[in-house]
Amino acid sequence: MEQIAFFVLALLSIASALVVVTNRNPITSAVALAFNLVSIAGLYMVLDAQFIGLLQVIVYAGAIMVLILFVIMLLNLREEAQAHPVGTFQRVLAPVATVLFAVAIGRGVWLSNPSVFPAASAGYGTASSVGRELFTTFYYPFEAISLLLVVAMVGAVLLAKKKLS
Amino acid sequence: MIDAAISFAKIFVVFNALMLCVSIMTWVERRVSAIIQFRWGPNRVGPFGLLQPIADGIKFIQKEDIIPAEAHKLFYLLAPALSVIPALCAFAVIPFGPEVTILGRKVSLVILDLDGGLLWAFAATALGVYAVVLAGWSSNSKFSLMGGLRSSAQMISYELPLALSIVAVVLISGTLRPSEIVAQQAGLFTHWNFFKGVPFLGFLLFTIAGYAETNRTPFDLPEAEGELVAGYHTEYSGMRFAAFFMAEYINMMTSSALGITLFLGGWQLGIPESWQPAPGWGLWTLQILAFVGKLAFFQFLYVWVRWTVPRLRYDQLMNLGWKGLFPLSLANLAATACLVAWNLNVTR
Amino acid sequence: MIDPRLVLLVSAALFAVGVAGVLTRRGAITILMCVELMLNAGNLAFITFARLFDGPEAQIYVFFVMTLAAAEAAAGLAIVIALFRLRGTTDVDEINLLKW
Repeated sequence: MEQIAFFVLALLSIASALVVVTNRNPITSAVALAFNLVSIAGLYMVLDAQFIGLLQVIVYAGAIMVLILFVIMLLNLREEAQAHPVGTFQRVLAPVATVLFAVAIGRGVWLSNPSVFPAASAGYGTASSVGRELFTTFYYPFEAISLLLVVAMVGAVLLAKKKLS
Repeated sequence: MIDAAISFAKIFVVFNALMLCVSIMTWVERRVSAIIQFRWGPNRVGPFGLLQPIADGIKFIQKEDIIPAEAHKLFYLLAPALSVIPALCAFAVIPFGPEVTILGRKVSLVILDLDGGLLWAFAATALGVYAVVLAGWSSNSKFSLMGGLRSSAQMISYELPLALSIVAVVLISGTLRPSEIVAQQAGLFTHWNFFKGVPFLGFLLFTIAGYAETNRTPFDLPEAEGELVAGYHTEYSGMRFAAFFMAEYINMMTSSALGITLFLGGWQLGIPESWQPAPGWGLWTLQILAFVGKLAFFQFLYVWVRWTVPRLRYDQLMNLGWKGLFPLSLANLAATACLVAWNLNVTR
Repeated sequence: MIDPRLVLLVSAALFAVGVAGVLTRRGAITILMCVELMLNAGNLAFITFARLFDGPEAQIYVFFVMTLAAAEAAAGLAIVIALFRLRGTTDVDEINLLKW
């Protein structure tokens, strides 16, 4: 059962990633990316990381992608134009290079990792176990990242403001 | 295998109950609005107009299917489905009854008893924004686009006070699992989370944010008829429009159900345990009816507020969200955290 | 049970697709989206290793990467908006000169 879920989700995520990369229309890319993020969240949940999986849907698919969609609609971006016709060389080279790159990483990954997951401890992936670690061992990075979010917010507002002259 | 069958049965029951409630809600909306406005409302089709939802359904199905010429076909057709699916999914983690024993097996009346159940409900609510944005954009019409952008901006702005009021309840309860939160509110109704922490404030914030999330008056400017024709669903007709309609009612029910679970004790009866009948089908039926009764009251409240309170202008709406509700919910969270630390009014 | 190496292969494939996107596409926002793809591929690898070593540390790294990605998306999109106001286009082939 888990295997079926894993295969379906993995195929969906790779397919939607390909749509993101190949489609001309930026809105279609954005929606495909949202779909990809939700399927990756599904993969997280198959791997027992419930808390992070749900956070992925809330933060990534529910907030960041909506922001990207808003900006695309605000700027009224049309389909991407192609200045010069894409040659056969590029049209063949890009997929081949991608596959070779993936195979190179994949081979390293395949040879250096175990082939079975150990049994998970009780309470693995729950909010309480992640939260406990977050607020004790990783306390300083947690505070630092809240500061970073404030800085990013201020920066984004300043950069996107219309000049009031 | 048996577990899968039980899950399917639960899903079947909840899905059908929700769809039935949606059709009942259309009737309730029209009759209650009529009473408030001192007129009759639907009274032709069946006694008291009770068969009106069936007539509405037939009307919607036989309407012509219009797709605007320049519309982006894929997203135009996808958006109504995309609005119903997250609305239904959010209901999966809400416990609508206690743990009953059917034919010797213990069945807990919640479809998904997740450890992070509240996060699932919130995630499903967050995904509902996509339908609005895509419907507005793909209709290729000024009114739709403006309505869609305004609606979705409103929805994501009010997600913050909603989430913060939920976090305050999680602080008091110490768990993200809805069934545990309901279990902690057992006994006399003064144990409900409505009175715990900072009394009333959390529930008030949650309800107001919920009204804004579901685009109901007084926050429904993006779909008000005089302003933007019909906002993001202007270009939709027939069954597709009915799908948006359904999604709105299901969102209302999910929002109310979440509020009931978090603040009003879910399926708890609100009377001390010594007064309750012994555990058995008598008690369990009463508890399920208690949940349905509370849900019904909140749906009535939605309709009541809609036809009583005037609409907020869009900038007033955004100001209320960011400058009013958001700081207030932060203050609520801080106050609740202090109360939990000093153990005042938060006994579980 | 699932083979961890298969999950890591999926992560590698997503990463490669993201790299191809960043190198091939011309719209600034689409490039940002492909960067998000790469970040997600990394997150998937982190979660796999968290499950392999049975600890919450890698999940916390994913938490931080997600937060950082949010901050980066916000700031990056603000930059794209400012650039669009200045140059009228988000095509990276058109805005490749600092001054002309």
